[in-house]
Formats: sequence, C-alpha cells, structure tokens
Amino acid sequence: MNSSPADPFSALPNSGFTLSRLKRTVRLGVKSIYSHGLRSLLTVMGMVFGVSSVIAMLAVGEGASFEAQEQLRQLGSNNIIIKSIKPAEIEQSSRSSYRPSAVEYGITYQDIKEIELTLEKEIKLIVPTRIIRENVWYQSRKVNCDIVGTMVTYPQVRNFKVASGRFFTQSEINNRDNVCVLGYEMSKLLFPVQNPIGNTVKVSGDYYKVIGIMEESGYSNLGQSESGSSNSVSNRMYIPLTAAKHRFGETLIRQTSGGQESETVQLHEATINLPNQEAVIEMGKIVESILERRHKKDDFEVEVPLALLRQAEASARVFNIVLGAIAGISLLVGGIGIMNIMLASVTERTREIGIRRALGAKRHDIILQFLVETILLSATGGLIGVALGLFVPISITYFTDMMTIIRFWTPLLAFSISGVVGVIFGIYPAMRAAEMDPVEALRHE
Amino acid sequence: MANEIIAEIKDVYKTYQMGEVTVEALRGVDINFHQEDYISIMGPSGCGKSTLMNVLGCLDRPSKGQYILGKDDVSKMEDDALSQIRGARLGFIFQSYNLIQQLTVAENIELPLYYQGYPESTSREKSIELANRVGLGDRIHHKPFELSGGQQQRVAIARALSNDPLIILADEPTGNLDSKSGAEILNLFDELHQQGKTLIMVTHSDELAERSKRCVRLRDGKVESDELVTG
Repeated sequence: MNSSPADPFSALPNSGFTLSRLKRTVRLGVKSIYSHGLRSLLTVMGMVFGVSSVIAMLAVGEGASFEAQEQLRQLGSNNIIIKSIKPAEIEQSSRSSYRPSAVEYGITYQDIKEIELTLEKEIKLIVPTRIIRENVWYQSRKVNCDIVGTMVTYPQVRNFKVASGRFFTQSEINNRDNVCVLGYEMSKLLFPVQNPIGNTVKVSGDYYKVIGIMEESGYSNLGQSESGSSNSVSNRMYIPLTAAKHRFGETLIRQTSGGQESETVQLHEATINLPNQEAVIEMGKIVESILERRHKKDDFEVEVPLALLRQAEASARVFNIVLGAIAGISLLVGGIGIMNIMLASVTERTREIGIRRALGAKRHDIILQFLVETILLSATGGLIGVALGLFVPISITYFTDMMTIIRFWTPLLAFSISGVVGVIFGIYPAMRAAEMDPVEALRHE
Repeated sequence: MANEIIAEIKDVYKTYQMGEVTVEALRGVDINFHQEDYISIMGPSGCGKSTLMNVLGCLDRPSKGQYILGKDDVSKMEDDALSQIRGARLGFIFQSYNLIQQLTVAENIELPLYYQGYPESTSREKSIELANRVGLGDRIHHKPFELSGGQQQRVAIARALSNDPLIILADEPTGNLDSKSGAEILNLFDELHQQGKTLIMVTHSDELAERSKRCVRLRDGKVESDELVTG
C-alpha cells in the first residue's frame, strides 16, 4: 500500500491531533451546546452551585480563621484574662427589690496581689483594668464609650499600638493625671477635622487631655459582653488606672428603669501576661483555682484566648468538613447530571455519529467530540459558578459583619475541579458514542 | 471494458448471528468494478443489497472472501484503517440525505475533509466550489432544515464529491424525493458519470436502473445477473 494515487495512508495531510483541529472541535462543540441553550444551562446548574459553594465555603472559612487569629493577636496568645462578672443571684435580687446598699462583687486589688505572689516566677506582667461606660464630650459632640483605666503596659500586653502621640507614663499614673488615649474610631467621631492630640475631652465633669490615638482595629474582642462592653476596641478611651479610681470611685451608680442601681467593683478585668504560650492553658487553671479559693460567689471568669482559639479552630474544622462534603456532593451531583444529559445526547445523536463514522471519523474523533462538549459544558458551569462564588462572599460581607477572604487560588481550584469533573463524567458517554457500530448507528431513527 | 479495475469483490460471504438463527446475507458474491462505471445494484428486499452496500462502503467486513479497493485488501482491516479508507476513497449518498442538522451547508460538505485533517481554508474553498457545482452556491450558510429535499440531496452529493473518492456509493438516492427533484438528481449523476466518476447505486426502481450503464441483480445473497444496460 505505498504509492497508488489514492493511497489513503500517505497521500493525505496529517490527520492526527493538531491544535488547529482541536480549536475547530471546540468551536463546533460551542455551537452544539449553544444550539440547545436552555437545556445546556439547566444541565450545568449542578456544576454552578457546586463550584460556587466551594469558593464561598473557602472564603467564609478563611475569613473566620483570619478573624480568630486577629482576635487572638489582640487578646494576646500569651495572656490569661480574668474578668469580673455580676453573680446571677445579685442580678435577680437587685431587680426584684430596692436595695439601698451597693452590691459588691468582682476582682479585687488583693486578688491581683495574691496571684502575683503565688505565680511570681511564671508571670511576666499583670495589667489590672477598670472599665466604665460613660459619655465622652468634645464641645457639642458626644460618644458613648468604654473608659478603660489601666496601666502603662496595656498596649504591650494586648499587642495594641499607639498610632500617633503616646500612651501615658508611670509618672502620670502616679500623679493621677487627667490624660487620655482615644480609640481610633471614637477619635474620628469626636474630631472629624481637628487633630485630637492636645485637645481636651470632657467626661462627667472632668476634663482629660488627649495625648495619643490607638491604631485602627476593626475586629471586636472575644467574649467581652460580661463587662458590658459590646463596643469594638476602636471605641474605647484609655486613662490611667489611678485616675479612673480617683475620678469615678469604686461605686458606680447606674440609672435603670426600676430606679437606681449601684455596684462596687474594684477591677473589671486583668490581663496576666506570660513569657510564652506553652503553659498558658495550664496556668489559666491555676489562676482559676486561686480565685476560687478567695471568692465565695461566682463573680469572676478566667478566659484564655489561646484556648478559645483552639476551640474556635476545632469547630471551624468540623464546619469546613461539613461544608466541604456538601460542596463535594454538589460537584458529584453536577457531574452526574452532565453525564446523564450527555448519555441522552449520545443516544439522540446516534445517527449523527453513524454519519460521521461513514464520512471517515475514527473512534477517537468521536471520543474527542463528545469529551470536548462535556468539558465545555462543565467548564461553562464552572465559570458561572466562579462568578456566583465570588459574588456570594462579597454580599455576605456586605450584608452581615462576617468577614470573608477570597484567596486567588480558590476560583482557579474550583474551576479546575469543574474541568476534571467534565473529563471524568464525559469519558463514559464519549466511549459509548465511539463504540457504536456504524451500520447500526446509520440505521437508527 | 477497457478501464482499469478499481474494486473487486471476490467470493464474499456475510453471515449474521441473530439469536439462535444464522442468516446468510451474502453467499459467495463476485463483482468487479471498473473506473468510470455507472452500476445499479438491484434485487428484491432481503436479497443482500444492503449488506453488499455496507461491505462496499467499508462499514462492515465480509465474513469470508476478499474486498480489494484500490490496491488494498480492506476485508481484514482494523476499525481505524477502515475509517481512513472511507474518508479517503469513498463517497456516500443516502436515501434520507443524512446531513448533520446543526451544521451549515458548507460545513456539511467539508466534513469528510475535516476528518482527513485538511486545514479549514483548503476545505472551505473546496466546499464552496462544490456547492456552486450542485447549484447551491447561495445557500452555503443555510442549515439543512431550511432546504428542500432535492436541495438537501444535492448537498449530500457535494459532500460525497469533496474527498475526490474512488467510488461514489448511492443508496436509493431518489427514494425520498418527488419525481421532479429525483430527475434533477439523476441528471446530476449522468453529469458525474460523464466527468469520469465511478458510481454504484442501489435501487429497486427499474427506471433508475435503466439510466445506469450496467446492472447487477442479486437474489438470495448471490449474483443473479450482471449485464450492460442497453437502450
């Protein structure tokens, strides 16, 4: 079979696999999909939701883990935070009847001293804090915020930096000076145009000189509702602990609907800083036992941010596994849906396959044609899914406070999965098409 | 018959297994096909016409015997090689046109060339030339369903010519057409014959057989008669 003029094996141009041929096959595939648009669209819906849920899930997961990390950074991974809580029995009785004397509860200076003495070697720093909710005024502007009376080491321990100006000094604490450092958000609310530093703000009759502004930080603290501060850390004002004690006293009077309510709390919060995070969870338990010995009432809480993070991570893992399984199942279902339609399409187009085979199409030409169509369908679904998958987390962030992060590789990953699903679920229908006997196929009605 | 033999069927048998029953569709058929032949194959239904056509079209392999097409024995060839032979040496014209519905006229005509791996520019040029030749030069961007039956069959003829085949096989080419369209198709066949093409046509219509130059009659899987058409 060498040199006859009609030799089919040598007198022909290359009939193998070339790029221009593939391009043409793809173009014909697009045409074929486009020719029944609605059916194609419905076919790929499973893929669309599968791909978009992969992207959205990863974005939500990344956002949640970033937030948890950020909160840990703020609370400090080496820290144990102890907080005063109003015991439940006082809460009830103060509501039911008028009580003339102030309710006394919470962490005391004596507690701090005791902890300091017992754990002298283990603890690096301990920062006691008072938190008072008050209105802060500058001229006619007012912001309701948490006034935090604390020590010089607060920014260091809480990984919280002063953005401009400075934090207060030990001598200002000793002198009970009326100086304050504003949280970023409230500085913007009180001083929309002016430079706050050097100005004075007024809190219940006293004037405080603004000496600094803290850095911006948009994330709320972990579990702080107990101390009455649902505000974000940006909406706080920091003053020397001594000044807080001196100006506000230890008994706070609060107006409630049932009349007046007064309570005496020495310290609202204390941050115990350890040199590293190895012993932090264990040390938290020791601190708890010390406080338990000293307190009859259940009026304190020990919080270890690292333990909270570990918990958050564990539940995030479960969450991710569940969502991952859902996304995986929808991709599988999407793939099966596409395969189903392709099988129907192969049957429907039996005659077309017969014609193509009669006109010289080899088995692999038929495989390529149907595989390309399946991959195109699947990838189209993947593309729509990517668009939807980018849109969903963006709207989640827009309508709720939940943070979402879309990593550049997640759309790529999800899109490649759709391609792979196309190949996997396309092979079988394509093989079925190619295996057909041309004579039988041509006879098919 | 001065012309060279281009295809040869030598003692071909074809048996089918249909459940328990073995059907002998062809029982030792010998036919020679010469260049520029215009042959009609006739016979009652069940005589083995379709089976012979499938063998000639390389869509099916004989159970026994040889089929020489060009210089090659194609009776033992593998599937891919048969596809290659079909695409390179044969042109098909079917009773029901068998155009691909989602493709345009031009794309349908060039389909054999596409599977032969010709670049699109070459095949499109050829396809337009052939569309003009069958009188459909102004319809190349139409889809088959926009054409009449006669027009569709002319597209199929153009498609059968696109790969310059050794043999054109036509299976009841006028079976689905009214007499006027049928006559047009037969005129086109005469033209092709005059231009030196080799045509093999399966039909049960005497009228068609009379227009051909040679008539082979089959009966019970055997050649009953093989004679030149006179008149």
